[in-house]
Amino acid sequence: MQALTDKIKVLERKPMTIGERLYLPAIIKGMLITFSHLFKKRPTISYPEQKRYFPSVWRGVQILNRDEEGRERCTACGLCAVACPAEAITMEGAERMPGEEHLYKEEKYAAKYEINMLRCIFCGLCEEACPKDAIYLSQTFAPANYHRKGFIYDKQDLLIPHPIEEPDRYKQALGERATALKQKAKTSEEESMDN
Amino acid sequence: MDLMVIDIWLIIEKLALVAIVVSISLLIAMYSTYAERKVAAYLQDRRGPNRAGPFGILQPLADGGKLFFKEEIIPLTSSKFLFVLGPALAMITALMTSAVIPWGGTLNWFERNISLQIADINIGVLYIFGVISLSVYGIMIGGWASNNKFSLLAGIRGASQMISYELAMGLTLIALLMLTGSLKMSVIVEQQINGPWNIVYQPLGFLVFFICALAETNRTPFDLPEAENELNFGYHQEYSSMKLGFYLFAEYIAMFISSAIMATLYFGGYDIPFVNESSLSASIGHNLVTILGGFALLLKVSFFLFVFIWIRWTIPRFRYDQLMNLGWKKLIPLALFNMVITAVVILLLDK
Ligand code: SF4
Ligand code: SF4
Repeated sequence: MQALTDKIKVLERKPMTIGERLYLPAIIKGMLITFSHLFKKRPTISYPEQKRYFPSVWRGVQILNRDEEGRERCTACGLCAVACPAEAITMEGAERMPGEEHLYKEEKYAAKYEINMLRCIFCGLCEEACPKDAIYLSQTFAPANYHRKGFIYDKQDLLIPHPIEEPDRYKQALGERATALKQKAKTSEEESMDN
Repeated sequence: MDLMVIDIWLIIEKLALVAIVVSISLLIAMYSTYAERKVAAYLQDRRGPNRAGPFGILQPLADGGKLFFKEEIIPLTSSKFLFVLGPALAMITALMTSAVIPWGGTLNWFERNISLQIADINIGVLYIFGVISLSVYGIMIGGWASNNKFSLLAGIRGASQMISYELAMGLTLIALLMLTGSLKMSVIVEQQINGPWNIVYQPLGFLVFFICALAETNRTPFDLPEAENELNFGYHQEYSSMKLGFYLFAEYIAMFISSAIMATLYFGGYDIPFVNESSLSASIGHNLVTILGGFALLLKVSFFLFVFIWIRWTIPRFRYDQLMNLGWKKLIPLALFNMVITAVVILLLDK
């Protein structure tokens, strides 16, 4: 048969020599190899104490965003739910009443907003679909839970901390996105100036 | 009537010694499970158990606790009495050999010479052999009583493996006994303290003995009775809870004891290497030397335990025909050869 590549290595099947048939040299060689691994560096990350670094483009658990005054941005348009390939998002809209302007940015808001973390595949399509910059995927992941129920994250679990009342936690939740957003704003400003 | 006087202190002393030796064996067996997992992890670039207590040293307790609280299942179709007897026998035979191993010299306390050996019988080596060959009953009875094809196969395998390797082991020991001229463990150690260790005279014998010890304790590469890929779980497939624990535990105790036997027979027992015991005891006291000797023995034992574990995580399991070939066609001729050579040399030198 014609060889398909020139990388074929023909192995000779010779009978074993006496040294090979004794097995012991080979066994000792193998044992030295395993022994050398005793001193190798271990790649393990001891999770709760050490954490892996997640880059800013990491698609982790979703966060519902607020604007600078702390108002929820989501307007319950449902585009994210439509975009979601895993059908993980459920929501119910409600009308903003007079006097609630400090809570919700738009006239319509999401009274109920749930994401099922067991269904979500963390594709990030919801973030892309959202016209209001109201949802994005953060740099953390959904922690383990004992019940299925615990994986259905409601609005309270998803909402970002209030930027004025809890600025530290807000910054933390924002992660590197904060700097990334600033830079993005800057570059788009520069671009518009260039234009 | 001196004969009728029972030395009550002797009984107390021996009982205490039995308790100490058994609990030390259990403790070491417990921690060999931990060592096994740790060494396995380190040989495979992992970290091993490190959550229970600092460095995971409470892990064996957690494992034991888990086994205790698991449901005990005795299969309906099993033969109940034998089913329970199996693990008990495995455990008992594993522990019984520790009786004749000299764990140290003598302690001078309250004007008594307390020997750190439970029973210094004159057929020590034979006794060990007798008890070790009993240990196959644990496996066989367990495998048979479970009324499970795989267990039965594993039990038969275990029996034939043990019988095959016991032969070679016995032959190497004959060579050793020709050298020492005594079956008494204490005498064998005494000779090694005064002269060189037996390993110097019997390197080949030790090699064969070591391989046979691996086979006798059912350790990889000879753990065919529990070959998962062909026999599911082997002879303890139907066992659960602490009965399973006993089987697993008995393996570690057997490992500990056979390490101790190897250290005693070939590596000088409680002899502290490169040290002249008598001159040392003149300078720091007899008791201290004895205790140091005990530690020396434990160190040697730990080394052998490490080698056992190291081998397990390096070499894959033998196929059954390979196992039998090795036992009957290689080790037995080798042991015979070793025996004949030793005999000839002894005759020539006229020792
Ligand atoms: S990340 Fe993807 S799967 Fe998850 S909620 Fe958003 S769109 Fe659905
Ligand atoms: S998160 Fe965005 S896309 Fe989804 S309902 Fe709210 S505003 Fe619409």
